[in-house]
Amino acid sequence: MLPLNATITQIIEESPLIRTFFFDHEFEDMKPGQFVMVWVRGVDEVPMGLSGKNSITVQKIGEATSKLFELKEGDSFGLRGPFGKGFTLPAKGEKVLVIAGGVGAVPLLPYAEASCAAGAEANALLGARSSEYLLFEGRFEALGKVYISTDDGSKGVKGFAVDALKSLNVAAYDRIAVCGPERMMASVFSLLEERKVLEKAEFSLHRYFKCGIGVCGACCIDPSGLRVCKDGPVFSGVQLIGSELGKYSRDASGRRVKI
Amino acid sequence: MQKLPAGRKRSYVMYTLTGLKLKNPTILAAGVLGTTGASLCRVVREGGAGAVVTKSIGPAPKTGHPNPSMVKLDCGFLNAMGLPNPSYPAFFQELEFAKKNSDAPVIASIFGGNPSEFAEVAEGLLPAKPDAFELNVSCPHAEGYGAAIGSNPCIVEAVTAAVKDVVNVPVWVKLTPNVSDITSIGNAAESGGANAVVAINTVKGMAIDIESGYPILGNRSGGLSGKAVKPVAVKCIYDLYTALEIPVIGVGGVSSWEDAVEMMMAGAAAVQVGSAVYDRVDIFSEISTGIEAFLKRKGYSDIKKIIGLAHEMV
Repeated sequence: MLPLNATITQIIEESPLIRTFFFDHEFEDMKPGQFVMVWVRGVDEVPMGLSGKNSITVQKIGEATSKLFELKEGDSFGLRGPFGKGFTLPAKGEKVLVIAGGVGAVPLLPYAEASCAAGAEANALLGARSSEYLLFEGRFEALGKVYISTDDGSKGVKGFAVDALKSLNVAAYDRIAVCGPERMMASVFSLLEERKVLEKAEFSLHRYFKCGIGVCGACCIDPSGLRVCKDGPVFSGVQLIGSELGKYSRDASGRRVKI
Repeated sequence: MQKLPAGRKRSYVMYTLTGLKLKNPTILAAGVLGTTGASLCRVVREGGAGAVVTKSIGPAPKTGHPNPSMVKLDCGFLNAMGLPNPSYPAFFQELEFAKKNSDAPVIASIFGGNPSEFAEVAEGLLPAKPDAFELNVSCPHAEGYGAAIGSNPCIVEAVTAAVKDVVNVPVWVKLTPNVSDITSIGNAAESGGANAVVAINTVKGMAIDIESGYPILGNRSGGLSGKAVKPVAVKCIYDLYTALEIPVIGVGGVSSWEDAVEMMMAGAAAVQVGSAVYDRVDIFSEISTGIEAFLKRKGYSDIKKIIGLAHEMV
């Protein structure tokens, strides 16, 4: 698949460093949790979670995203996807908890929306460094209960997402979906492991993607050798027991880097 | 006109290649699912590969070319990874892991900018006990490496001899098709002491995004693999089989057992599979099962009966 040409139809400023870019193409069969490769021509191509059938929500973090932030409505970028495996949708009547750290809320919003559309109940735990960095708070509130943690205590529980999670009854949920910074996911993983609910939890991992289509092997995780871009990015908690999650990842050259 | 030594006992697809015992003739090609030890083991365990070749490893860490580094076309794949690798000291633990946890041979693919760099990388990885080395003198899109070296017969011979001097395991040399006469390069590898040649690496190629005019690959151009290159590979293997005494390992566009059989009839002693893992990691089991069924159906007592068969059919 060659990159399709996506023209920006609308840009929404979500928080100081996060913007949603709507484009003129709808991925009708997109599964929440899948990603696209966003090609900022002449710069780089980077993986981005879909925040909807026709949108990506991006944190300005490096060269490619900085260039992306210079684009205006009517400008275009290249787009390939959707790729990878998404979150498992709940059955009607089930209860879902999504746990988001910062920009990790991106794939969890369409998942929570799809869960509600499937007749499930979707609650959210949102963690952010401060209240102004909370992402999609209103849209999650429209779906179900929202629990909040902020590092500086400006809203909700003062502390990390895992601190707010400690007071929730995770056993009451049928499915738990997690996405956020690696340390946050590792601490949530440990708590869910302690509470013996890993088999109903799923985590969306991020690793350096080279080819993005499951051939090169740059994003494989230890010790399973599973590819984050094709066998993931969403993995069940059970698949991640004893894995490199929270310990190390590999950089663009393949060298191990401590988390 | 069989190239493999006669008198070896084996049934159908089990056999020996340059001294390595393979449970079947399918081998994971270099540059594919070979960056980590765990991934290589998965290709053996779940994929069913008879052997695996690592990502090409060089003297220093390289991040490779910017993305997009690989795109799927209707006729195959276009890539320009740019030899990303952690360097041999950092890859050592991955190779060690693969060797300890895989029951199939693990071949270390290496590259360098000159004969002494090749020798340095080979010596550095040798204590991790790779079963063989494959010399990458054929990557079409890394300046100063790969095909920049592999299109000159004198350098290919010198590089091969330099590695042979420092290792005690078989050395395979992977050839580029982007030359006017691949047999002259193959002959140079043989003169340098190679135990086998591997043909072919990718064919130079390019794709352009017509909406913007930008070349799609981050490196602007790269190498073509997959279905489109299979006829090119078959012809190169056919010619090398005639020109060389050492075995030719076939690679380029194999995605089914029929492709593998065709390549073997052209003269391939084994086949490597790369891009086809895109569809399924267990492609190796599928191909070897298919070859075995074919041999039984056609009444061939042994896989070596079909190697080079096309040369006899005149």
